[in-house]
Amino acid sequence: MTAIDTAGRGDAWRRLQFFFDSKVHVRLESLIVLALLCVAMTVLSPYFLSVSNFLNILLATSTIGVLAIGATLILSSAGLDLSLGSVLGLSGVAGAYLSVELEWPWFMAIIGALGSGALAGYINGQLITRTRIPAFIVTLGMLGIARGVALIIAPNGGAIYGLPDIVVYLGQGRPFGVPTPVVILVLTALIAHYVLAYSRFGMHTLAMGDNEGAARATGIPVERLRRELYAISGLLAGLAGLIFMARVNAGDPTAGYTYELTAITATIIGGTSLFGGRGSILGALVGALIMGVLQNGLNLLAVQSYYQQIAIGAVLIIAVYIDQLQSERERKS
Amino acid sequence: MTLLEVKAVAKHFGAVQVLNGVDLTIEAGTVTGLVGDNGAGKSTLMKTITGLYGTDGGEIRFDGKPMTGLNPGQRRALGIEMIYQDLALARQQDVAANIFLGREPVKWAFGILPGFVDKAKMDADARKMIDRLGARIPSIHRPVGMFSGGQQQTVAIARALTFNPKLVIMDEPTAALAVREVESVLKLIRQMRDEGIAVILISHRLNDVFEVTDRIVVLRQGRIEADLQTGKTQMREVVGYIVGAH
Repeated sequence: MTAIDTAGRGDAWRRLQFFFDSKVHVRLESLIVLALLCVAMTVLSPYFLSVSNFLNILLATSTIGVLAIGATLILSSAGLDLSLGSVLGLSGVAGAYLSVELEWPWFMAIIGALGSGALAGYINGQLITRTRIPAFIVTLGMLGIARGVALIIAPNGGAIYGLPDIVVYLGQGRPFGVPTPVVILVLTALIAHYVLAYSRFGMHTLAMGDNEGAARATGIPVERLRRELYAISGLLAGLAGLIFMARVNAGDPTAGYTYELTAITATIIGGTSLFGGRGSILGALVGALIMGVLQNGLNLLAVQSYYQQIAIGAVLIIAVYIDQLQSERERKS
Repeated sequence: MTLLEVKAVAKHFGAVQVLNGVDLTIEAGTVTGLVGDNGAGKSTLMKTITGLYGTDGGEIRFDGKPMTGLNPGQRRALGIEMIYQDLALARQQDVAANIFLGREPVKWAFGILPGFVDKAKMDADARKMIDRLGARIPSIHRPVGMFSGGQQQTVAIARALTFNPKLVIMDEPTAALAVREVESVLKLIRQMRDEGIAVILISHRLNDVFEVTDRIVVLRQGRIEADLQTGKTQMREVVGYIVGAH
C-alpha cells in the first residue's frame, strides 16, 4: 500500500482495474497498451490504418493466438511449455505428409496435424508427472525432438507442398469476408475462456497453479489435471500447425521457429502469471494482438526482422518483471 | 459412538520411522487435543487420516469403513476435514473459490452447456458461512492473500465446515492469531462439539488445549505416550509426557 492508494483518484483507478480483471477478464493496462500502440503506428505509418492491414494483423495473430491459448492454460497451472513452436512445425509436416506424400484422404491432414500435436503434449505430460523432471526441461527436450522429427519426416528437410483444397480453405478461405484462421482462433478462444474462467477444470487449474499443496489436500487430482493440460497444450499447438500449414499451403518443418517466445510473451502481457494462479484467455488474445500490431508496425516501418526479435525478447523480460512485482504483492499477506 | 479408529498405523519416510504403530480412537462430539514435541509425528498421523499420506502398516476406519486406498477427496466426501497449519489456501483466488475448492457446485448453462460453475450459489453460500462464523471479511470477491492471518484462518475454517463434516482436524489453528481471534476459534471448537462433530486439535499452546479439550493425547517418537482426561490432569503432567520424563 503506497500513499497514493489512499487518494481518491488512485482508488477509482484501482476499482476500474479490479472491474476489468474480474468482469471483463482482460487487464485494463494491456488494453491501454494496445490502444496506444495502434495510435502510435497510425501516426508513424500511413499504411497502418486500413481494413486490409487489419486483416493482415488478425491473420498473423491467429497462429500465435492459438499457441497463446495453450500457453495460458499451462502458465495458469504454474507449468511451462517451451515446445509449442516446434510442435507447431511437426504438426504441419505430419498433416502434409499423410495427405500429400502418402496420398491419404484430405481429413487425414487434419487428424495428422491435431493428433501429432496432442501426442507430443501427451508425452510431455506423462514425462513431467511420472518422472518428476521439471516441465522446463521436458518441454525444452521436446522442442528439440519435435523439430528433429519434423525435419526427418520432410523429404530432404524441405517443405511438403500441394495440400487438398478443403484443407487449404482452413488457412486461405474467407467465410463472410473473415479469414478462416481468425474464425478458428475466435471459436477456440471462446471455448477455452469458458473452460478456464467458468468450469471446474479451469478453477482447479488456477488453484493448482496458485498452491499445489492446497489443491491436493482438497482432493483435486493434481497429476491427472497436469497431464490433461499438457495434452491440450499440444493439441492447440497442433491446431496452430494446421492453420499455418493451410495458410502457406505446405508442411514446412521450419515453421513456428521461436513462436513459443512470442506466444509466452503474448500470454504474460495479457495478464497471465508466469508463477501460476492467475490466467486469462481473453487477455492472451489482447496480448497476441499487441504482438501482432508490434510486428506489423515494425514491418511497415521497414525495420529488419532481427530487430523485431530483439523487441519481442525485451517485451517478454519487461512483462515478466511487472508480473513478478504484482505476484510478490499478492503473495505477501 | 466411535467415529475414527486408528489401529497400529506405521509410516516411514525413507529410513526414518515417523509412526511406530499408533492406536487411537475418537468419539463423535468430543474434542481431543493432540500434543507432542516437534517431530513427534502429529502432522504425519493426521495426514494419514486425511489421505494425503498412505500408511506402511496398520488400519484406519472411519464410520466403520476402512479408509485404505481412498484419496483426500473421497475422504472429504465421507466427512473428514482438516485445517492445515499453512492454511492450504489458494491466495490469488477469492473467498468463495477457496471455500469450495475441489467441490464447486455446477449448473447447466442454458440447459445445454455442462459444467458451468455456479458462481452465484458459491458466493451466496460463502457469505452465509462467513457470517455464521461471525467473521468480518472486507469483500468475498478479493483474493484471500490480501487478508490478515485471522481472516485467512476464517476462510480455511469455513472451507472445513461448509460440507457438514463429522471429523475436523485442526493443525495449530491459533498459532498465527491475535488474542481476540484465538478466543473466537476456541468458541467455534466448542460449538462444533455441541453439534456432534469430533474435533482433533493439534497445538503447542497448552493453555488453549486445556481450555477446550475433553481429552489430551500425547504423541512421542511416533507412539502414543499418554491418553489423559483433561479434567483429571494438569499442565506439569502433560509436559512431562511430552518430553519423556515419565
